[in-house]
Amino acid sequence: MATEDLIARLSTDLQPSERRPVLSAFAMPLAIGIAASLVLMLAWLGLRPDLATAMTTSAYWMKFFYTLLFAASAFWLAERMARPGTSRDQPMVFLAFVLLAIAGIGMIEMMRAPPLARHHLMMGGSADVCPWRIVLLGIPLLAASLWAMRRMAPTRLMLAGWAAGLFAGAAGAFIYAFHCTESAAPFVAIWYTAGITLTALIGAVAGRWLLRW
Amino acid sequence: MLAAEPQLKALMIAGLAGDKAAYRGLLDTLARELRRYYTRRLAGIDAPAAEDLVQETLIALHTRRATYDTSAPFTPWLFAIARYKLADHLRRRRLRVTAPLDESFPAEDENEAAMARRDLDRLLESLPAPTRELIRQVKIDGLTTAEVAGKTGRSEVAVRVGLHRALKSLGLRARGEDG
Repeated sequence: MATEDLIARLSTDLQPSERRPVLSAFAMPLAIGIAASLVLMLAWLGLRPDLATAMTTSAYWMKFFYTLLFAASAFWLAERMARPGTSRDQPMVFLAFVLLAIAGIGMIEMMRAPPLARHHLMMGGSADVCPWRIVLLGIPLLAASLWAMRRMAPTRLMLAGWAAGLFAGAAGAFIYAFHCTESAAPFVAIWYTAGITLTALIGAVAGRWLLRW
Repeated sequence: MLAAEPQLKALMIAGLAGDKAAYRGLLDTLARELRRYYTRRLAGIDAPAAEDLVQETLIALHTRRATYDTSAPFTPWLFAIARYKLADHLRRRRLRVTAPLDESFPAEDENEAAMARRDLDRLLESLPAPTRELIRQVKIDGLTTAEVAGKTGRSEVAVRVGLHRALKSLGLRARGEDG
């Protein structure tokens, strides 16, 4: 077909376009992904038994807000990476602040703790399972984010997949926090972040293949 | 290089709202610009594919037009798509280009490459002159060790050992251990 004919066809069929593309691409996949991850957590791990009392502690909210703000800034980044020619500076700066905050809180806790208690602040009782569980809870969310991104137009596929993985990992960690009874900031800074990083790596590799359009 | 950004952006916004005439005008202009873009970049590599890529990019622009954020400039959006379609095409054909994909909109990767070159130059600068020369000749200018031996009058074994040591100390410096 000649290019002129193509142009004629594209412009005669023109309809006013979708006004909220990000919302319409992400809403449905994310709703399904979050539901799947939540059900997985409840069926497989279960809520922490002391949830009501834990909610009165600052440690609970530290985990809650670390993972929530991480997920929010990573979503912002992923949404940018799903659209051609956009800058990722602002979400990256936001993300850096979130990481600095948890690192700072973790350090302060470490310095205040007696030396013998420091090892436990970092390792808790579940360091060996925490990152893997976060990855598994993040997988439905990663699938959902990549599915949504495919309906947009990512042009740097590994970076886009990485951003989707950061979001999926952080949202998975947010959901995991409803099960996990660890309360030390150094633990969260290390092992939660490790789980998120692993999910992001999977996202980067998967994105390279799955995001082609 | 392009028709002015404000005009293109105005046409695009009108097109998004459903204005067929504006959209057609936009696609006509872009077809010309894209043809130039792809022809220049595929010359001598895969020239016949240029027109296919023009069409593919126009279709991509059309189907993904909602991803354009009307508060942002239009041309970076367009060329990010054009660059992606070019890279995708070259990857599928397993072709390699040595020319930069797009000189008018340098990707960050190109800045990184430039920074890497500067870092390398600085590292080389920190080595003693004979060592530096050796690395330059073999690793950058691509001479064989035999050729370097011939030029410097040393034995080939001496050149190889020298090169091995030079690279080792370069590696240490690169890791900041100052070897």
